[in-house]
Amino acid sequence: MKNDQTITVIDTSPPRRLRLPVAGMVGAGIIGFWILIAIIGPYIAPHEVGALVDDDLFGHMRWSLPLGSDYLGRDVLSRILVGARYSIGAAGAATFLAILMGGTLGMLAAVSRGAIDMALSRFFDALISIPSKMSALVVIAALGSSIPVLISTAAVIYTPGAFRIWRALAVNVNELDFVEVARARGEGTHYLIREEILPNIAGPVLTDFGLRFVFAVLLLSSLSFLGLGVQPPNADWGSLVRENIDGLAGGAPAVVMPAAAIATLTIGVSLLIDNLPGRWSSTGEH
Amino acid sequence: MNTAVVRLIAGRIVIAILTLLFVSLAVFVGTEILPGDVAQAVLGQNATPEAVAGLRHALHLDQPAYIRYFLWLGSLLSGDPGRSLVNGLPVATLIASRLPNSLMLAFVTAVICVPIALMLGILSAVWRGSRFDRAVSFVTMSIISVPEFMIATLLVIVFAVNLRWFPALSYAAGKVSLDQFFRLFALPVLTLTCVMIAQMMRMTRAAVIDTLRSSYVEMAVLKGASPIRVVLTHALPNAIGPIANIVALNLSFLLGGAIIVEVIFNYPGLARLLVDAVSTRDMPLVQACVMIFCATYLFLVMLADISGILSNPRLRHR
Amino acid sequence: MAPVIKVENLRVTAQDECGRTNIIVKDVNFEVQPGEVVALIGESGSGKTTIALSLMGYARSGAKIAGGRIAFGGRDLLEMSSRELASLRGRDVAYVPQSAAASFNPARALLKQVIESSEIHRVMPLADAEARAISLFRELVLPNPEHIGDRYPHQLSGGQLQRLLAAMALVTNPKLVIFDEPTTALDVTTQIEVLRVFKKAIKERGTTAIYVSHDLAVVAQMADRIIVLRDGAIREVDETGRILKEPKNDYTKSLLAAAEPRVRAATDEALRETSAQPVLEVRSVDAGYGALDGEGSPALTVLRDVSLTIKPGTTLGVIGESGSGKSTLARVIAGLLPAARGEVLLNGERLPRSAAQRTRDQLRRIQIVFQMADTALNPARSIGRILGRPLEFYHGLGGDKRRRRVAELLDMVRLPATMAERYPSELSGGQKQRVNLARALAADPSLILCDEVTSALDTVVGAAILDLLAELQREIGVAYLFISHDLSTVKAVCDEVMILYAGQMVEHGSRSALHQRPLHPYSELLIASVPELREGWLDGISESVLKEASAGVALPSRGEACSFFNRCSVRIPGRCDVEPPPLRRLTKGAHIRCQRTEQELVQLPAVAIQKDEERRVGTGTAKTVAG
Ligand SMILES: Nc1ncnc2c1ncn2[C@@H]1O[C@H](COP(=O)(O)OP(=O)(O)OP(=O)(O)O)[C@@H](O)[C@H]1O
Ligand code: SF4
Ligand SMILES: [Mg+2]
Repeated sequence: MKNDQTITVIDTSPPRRLRLPVAGMVGAGIIGFWILIAIIGPYIAPHEVGALVDDDLFGHMRWSLPLGSDYLGRDVLSRILVGARYSIGAAGAATFLAILMGGTLGMLAAVSRGAIDMALSRFFDALISIPSKMSALVVIAALGSSIPVLISTAAVIYTPGAFRIWRALAVNVNELDFVEVARARGEGTHYLIREEILPNIAGPVLTDFGLRFVFAVLLLSSLSFLGLGVQPPNADWGSLVRENIDGLAGGAPAVVMPAAAIATLTIGVSLLIDNLPGRWSSTGEH
Repeated sequence: MNTAVVRLIAGRIVIAILTLLFVSLAVFVGTEILPGDVAQAVLGQNATPEAVAGLRHALHLDQPAYIRYFLWLGSLLSGDPGRSLVNGLPVATLIASRLPNSLMLAFVTAVICVPIALMLGILSAVWRGSRFDRAVSFVTMSIISVPEFMIATLLVIVFAVNLRWFPALSYAAGKVSLDQFFRLFALPVLTLTCVMIAQMMRMTRAAVIDTLRSSYVEMAVLKGASPIRVVLTHALPNAIGPIANIVALNLSFLLGGAIIVEVIFNYPGLARLLVDAVSTRDMPLVQACVMIFCATYLFLVMLADISGILSNPRLRHR
Repeated sequence: MAPVIKVENLRVTAQDECGRTNIIVKDVNFEVQPGEVVALIGESGSGKTTIALSLMGYARSGAKIAGGRIAFGGRDLLEMSSRELASLRGRDVAYVPQSAAASFNPARALLKQVIESSEIHRVMPLADAEARAISLFRELVLPNPEHIGDRYPHQLSGGQLQRLLAAMALVTNPKLVIFDEPTTALDVTTQIEVLRVFKKAIKERGTTAIYVSHDLAVVAQMADRIIVLRDGAIREVDETGRILKEPKNDYTKSLLAAAEPRVRAATDEALRETSAQPVLEVRSVDAGYGALDGEGSPALTVLRDVSLTIKPGTTLGVIGESGSGKSTLARVIAGLLPAARGEVLLNGERLPRSAAQRTRDQLRRIQIVFQMADTALNPARSIGRILGRPLEFYHGLGGDKRRRRVAELLDMVRLPATMAERYPSELSGGQKQRVNLARALAADPSLILCDEVTSALDTVVGAAILDLLAELQREIGVAYLFISHDLSTVKAVCDEVMILYAGQMVEHGSRSALHQRPLHPYSELLIASVPELREGWLDGISESVLKEASAGVALPSRGEACSFFNRCSVRIPGRCDVEPPPLRRLTKGAHIRCQRTEQELVQLPAVAIQKDEERRVGTGTAKTVAG
């Protein structure tokens, strides 16, 4: 056996029915809930996001304002419901793009071997050495902050990681004899990736999507918290925490609730992927 | 030491240097190919065209990009990365005033974290599946899944607001006495410690479990070795390489990842300097700070690789 | 006499992935008397290792000892605390595992590991333990016994490590030693010396031992009594001689039958008849791995100057030990690994070196079947789809036609047509290998490269695959390149045989030529090393085989000289290690690559085996090394 640092165990048994432990079900439930909110949030929000509805600043929770009001007297619940879109949508889009680029190139590198593999691996290894928050800051310094910039920045940041893990997974499958048989038959790269590699790494790869999604949520909300992310008047959950930070001393729901929203989302995803059966898991890195 | 080991180590060093060069190129491209004219931006809208042209010349903006890259690289290497566009102070001076603070924060955190995290990771690996393991796993998983600013916020609520043990903002200007110093330091260190221990512990656990699954560990058990002996003499010596890597990754995180912590606690470290530079688009400062962080990362990872090579019996004893 | 260990109603269960509990050992009862060697024999999955490990109160993760009693030294092992068990393991019961290389801690010097159990249990002072270990090294014929302990696992060969494991087990003088397939991972020529020293060590100190193996011929040499296992239950228990001569259980009988494969190959006459153009011709191929250097040689040269021809409808066997380059040869022919030098001709037509440059028709005519049936089928695709792809790819078949052809193919390999709906994981190892074969047949090839197709299968299942191969050859006249490390399978199916050593062809001739002397010195060693299914075979082998066989491992790419040099008992120093060995044609029709002339080889048998009749006459004792 090779002693590779990115060890990924591949079980070649077919996808049987997935049996989830309770913790995993809880995670899946939370994720489902938030995805639903991201879709329908703006339609069920009781108030306009910008509307000043409370005379009190940092108003407490009551029937009319279930999550209280924020530093300007706006409805926190509505702002969270609408903000879900930015937090989940932007992170989801960035993850998807990162995996599309990194995953495709990773599989291509694994199947092509040789020089292409060398070049791609070296390139992404170098990229990965720039800490993710650093590169985000540099790009934002250069281009300013807007949602498309945020999404593409996060996508570029997580591409090398996705490349690494997909390549490692694909290399493991690529060494199996059935791929060799297909290659001896004369199949092309496209067929090898689509028919032989992809179906056999689907499980771990989904897990990787979850992991990377958590990273993206954390990164984007941290940027917003620093004031470098989603810009007013739009607000994701990180911005909500930032703008209401003055209410922290009083433990205002305006700052606690958006924070709790982020926490439940990311913990939900982690719970799910931590509890997936062995053959679905992959090892991820920050 | 034999020639093969020396060659491998030399190879690692060369790769690290090449990567650093590549990174410098990426940073340069990322920051220099800016929309808009830096000179104009610096001088403001009502500057005379002559003044703008003069500044453009002073900043070498009238030269092709590749020449500017080499000029910039040369100035970085000579230790003089230019002056801040915002306040005109030398970048080197600005960095020199912040770097010790960042190093101090990183050092104190590392001294606390590394032993605790390794200990917890090893114990969880040895007792994997036990109640202890599951509890530690859940707590660390939650900490990792939550943004750092929330951990910091929580700690502020508990320790500064409710218990009033520490001030929420860490750095008051001027001199501080020793006990004040510790109290100022406490919350940033505590926040970083939580995050670091969680990450490092999980990685250590995975690495140790990996070696515990090997046949030679089973063989040691079948020789009647006690669990402590199994871990100390059989599992750990073979996990040195991976563990060194884990420590290096997390230490580099300490420098780069302290951004949030430094901002929240208003701690005058390098990371906050970078955030400020980013918001004022002070490019020379941004470039220099980013290069410091990347170089540290590469240096630490290289050290880990080298210790991995040195601890590998196949390479050590030919 | 009280038995050393007595097992009653042992039951072991294991949890599978879906959380179901399976019984993997069912109500096993047996006992071992002092000084007795008892073998546990069975095929993979029969529970041999599980039983062996439970004798130390140990179960691998996922498994659990669910019931029964194991009486050892008047106490029930299964009732002991983990501390009590630890004090017993390594001191009273010792274990010799299968994979020596993985069972040594790579980071510690060997001597420390060998005496570790003595250190843990404080059996004797450290210095005494070291002295004892060194005397064991000497007894187990390890080279340089005083200093071998200072070395690290990766510096020694598999056979040497296996003997060190035995020393590790014996150092505390345990009451019971468990050998778990100790020679399975070794090449035959290495296995023989390990078996020999193990046997001697066991006999001399009257060790009580349990010997686990799947190989009847090996067990016949080592054991006094044999326990035949299948599916976790005991089928038959008897003395070794009785099991070999008059087995009672049907399963034991089938095991015995499969152990001596009968010849299925075409006759020599058939071979001579076909004067047709060869299907495949390989001319002076060099191949290896890594980047090519200035002269076009790869960084690691694995094959050197290999040539062969295969006539239509016949089988060429390629035999050699692990790492000798057999699989590399198949990969070169299939174009998966482009050769560095030389050429491959298909029906007289030169093939491009890389599969990517070959035409679809050229690719179609050469098909490959791999050793690991498990990994050779895409687990995410149904059998129907796996077989359908080459039909579509090479013949453009689609729809109903393809479905019908898939059914035909399944029928050709004796599988039901309903199999097409299933997924690989639902098939047994033998069935998977049949599907692999069917996939190769789907292309209508003129040559199938079979790389160790039966090695991963149990003997009985493997024998059926060999039958199938022979039948298919008769039916459709396909030629095979049959790669194996096992001489008896090669002899069973091949018309011609090529022996590979460290990437060089050392002998090439007809199957019957393998039975005629003289042989190349390596062929001689190889043939002598294959265990025979009779008691006393091992004792009849002369020391000289062992002395040379243990001398070292194959050294590939030592320039042009003979790579067998350091293991050859008839080498000519100053010549064999300098000049490239010439290719010689022997009167029996075979070719060998050796410095020795035919006469010399006749006069100087490289391996002196005391065959029964020779022993009676008193000839054929060990010859001294010439030169
Ligand atoms: N992909 C590879 N890269 C580098 N070296 C390799 C590779 N594959 C095989 N080798 C080396 O080439 C040599 C011959 O290997 P090959 O697989 O051809 O041997 P083999 O005779 O088929 O052995 P086995 O009986 O174990 O299957 C070995 O030393 C092996 O380590
Ligand atoms: S006699 Fe010489 S050439 Fe022949 S096998 Fe022995 S060492 Fe090789
Ligand atoms: Mg092989």
